[in-house]
Amino acid sequence: MELDKIKELVEMMKANDLSELEVVNGQTRIVLKRGPNQTAPQVIAMTPALTANGANPALRERLAAAGPESKDLPAEAAEDEKWARIVAPIVGTLYTAPSPNAEPFVETDSKVEEETVVCIIEAMKVMNEVKSGVRGTIKKILVENGSAVEYGQPLFLIEPD
Amino acid sequence: MFSRILIANRGEIALRIIRACRELGVQCVVVYSEADRHAHYLSLADEAICIGPADPAESYLNIPRIISAAEISNVEAIHPGYGFLAENAHFVEICRDCKINFIGPAPESMHLLGDKVQARKLAEKSKVAVVPGSDKAVANEDEAAQLAEKIGYPVIIKAAAGGGGRGMRIAHNEMSLRVAFHSAETEASSAFKNADLYLEKYLEQSRHVEVQVLADHTGNTLHLWERDCSLQRRHQKLVEETPSPGLSTEVRQELCKAAVRLAKAAGYINAGTFEFLLDKNNKFYFSEANTRIQVEHPITEMVTGIDLVQWQLRIAAGENLKLRQKDIRQQGSAIECRINAEDPANDFAPCSGCIDRFIPPGGFGVRLDSHVYPGYRISPHYDSLIGKLVVHKKTRAEAIACMKRALQEFEVGPVKTTIGLCREILTHRQFVKGKVDTGFIERTW
Repeated sequence: MELDKIKELVEMMKANDLSELEVVNGQTRIVLKRGPNQTAPQVIAMTPALTANGANPALRERLAAAGPESKDLPAEAAEDEKWARIVAPIVGTLYTAPSPNAEPFVETDSKVEEETVVCIIEAMKVMNEVKSGVRGTIKKILVENGSAVEYGQPLFLIEPD
Repeated sequence: MFSRILIANRGEIALRIIRACRELGVQCVVVYSEADRHAHYLSLADEAICIGPADPAESYLNIPRIISAAEISNVEAIHPGYGFLAENAHFVEICRDCKINFIGPAPESMHLLGDKVQARKLAEKSKVAVVPGSDKAVANEDEAAQLAEKIGYPVIIKAAAGGGGRGMRIAHNEMSLRVAFHSAETEASSAFKNADLYLEKYLEQSRHVEVQVLADHTGNTLHLWERDCSLQRRHQKLVEETPSPGLSTEVRQELCKAAVRLAKAAGYINAGTFEFLLDKNNKFYFSEANTRIQVEHPITEMVTGIDLVQWQLRIAAGENLKLRQKDIRQQGSAIECRINAEDPANDFAPCSGCIDRFIPPGGFGVRLDSHVYPGYRISPHYDSLIGKLVVHKKTRAEAIACMKRALQEFEVGPVKTTIGLCREILTHRQFVKGKVDTGFIERTW
């Protein structure tokens, strides 16, 4: 969400004397809160609605090698905003290829259909196929082969057709 | 000792286990659902892993997701807390298959004691009296009606796999029995995925007294005295205390010994609780076993000075109890009040929403186990417990005075809580005299 948009919301809150405002737009959720004596609302949270926020930095590092962290940077966030996310439907170990020596299911710029398998997540020795769910082009792979992922963690950014 | 464990629970008990881990120098990983994403206690753990959406079936009750989280976080053991999967023997078996230690008893003793019908048989073998009732699951309402006729009304219907008051109904005549049977069946099957019910005589004006037990792998089985949990509303405990007022030394000794006999007969290892009903004539009957840590465990910790959660970890890691029965003394008097986000004026409807004001009590003799703070949002998906207020003093009279002033200090808002009701209970003549039974709250309020 752009800064101008947030400013606009802030003005709207002031004008209508709102103390709290929550806006969900696609996968972005923004919560603005304003104390009784404050003129400027403070941003409490601005997180993509489906992002898995590990509470601990150590895990975040281990969980997300390729850096879904970077989405928090405003410039990239705006860029990523255009794209849809494929998120982990379960907690487990992610594999980008069907076997250690095989080609990965998808790469950057791969075209995918809704039913295209993009990765597998191993949970309790069961390999669970994760399907794209969206027709489009893979723009970014956010996780490394063999990394641990938690529920709701973004795995791929995809540009829908 | 383990170097790293996973906590498969939420809220105050997750925090309680995190605290035990910290003091033992054990790393802990806590799992959470999306509804608990912003809970502060998550930041106190070494790692926190999101395992699913708010619905417990998709998160805290979902075995594959929890095991998968344990596997990716490389833990040696899982602590289940209470509720959720704590008494699920199938989960314990899966942990065993996956070579993850379960911090609790073996699945065999859990099966045996968790099934109320089998537990009754075990009690009879161990020469511990049981309340007259069905010796197996009741097949249908006709069978229930026949049996009720034989043992005499009122009767209580319980879920064979039950706990926490769910799937429980009292019936005073055949018509109410038939209605209650159906609703108990539905509730039991949704809460425990097991619709088996059994029936026993409902003892009126009885007290609920339970005995805490700790047992290690060598068979050293000790009791940590009793807790009186007679103050209940719809089978949900509200105020608990130890020692139980009005229990003679002989009855107390007999009761505690009976619990140890039952634990030994079940081959029980780790912390567990044996519940008894005490009738008007101080005769006690075994009612059920809880094969987990209980909500009200802090009062036992206060009077014995023994950290039960730490011992759960130690025993699961293979350590032996270095205690003998005579080392365990019941010193002073402890009371716990459960602070629930419920509206007593609106039939105790659970209140969800944001807690804006939270001013906890403190001072000499006060302990508060709570995961709540100003700005905490109570999710409608889970139970309404927001804290356990515990006091410990030399005498019961001092403990009551301490609890009354602690409740006075405690401010929570805008959500409604049970603080006011607890204060009324603590000042009630019957409570002060120690003369209450399991029906007291419902009769009085």
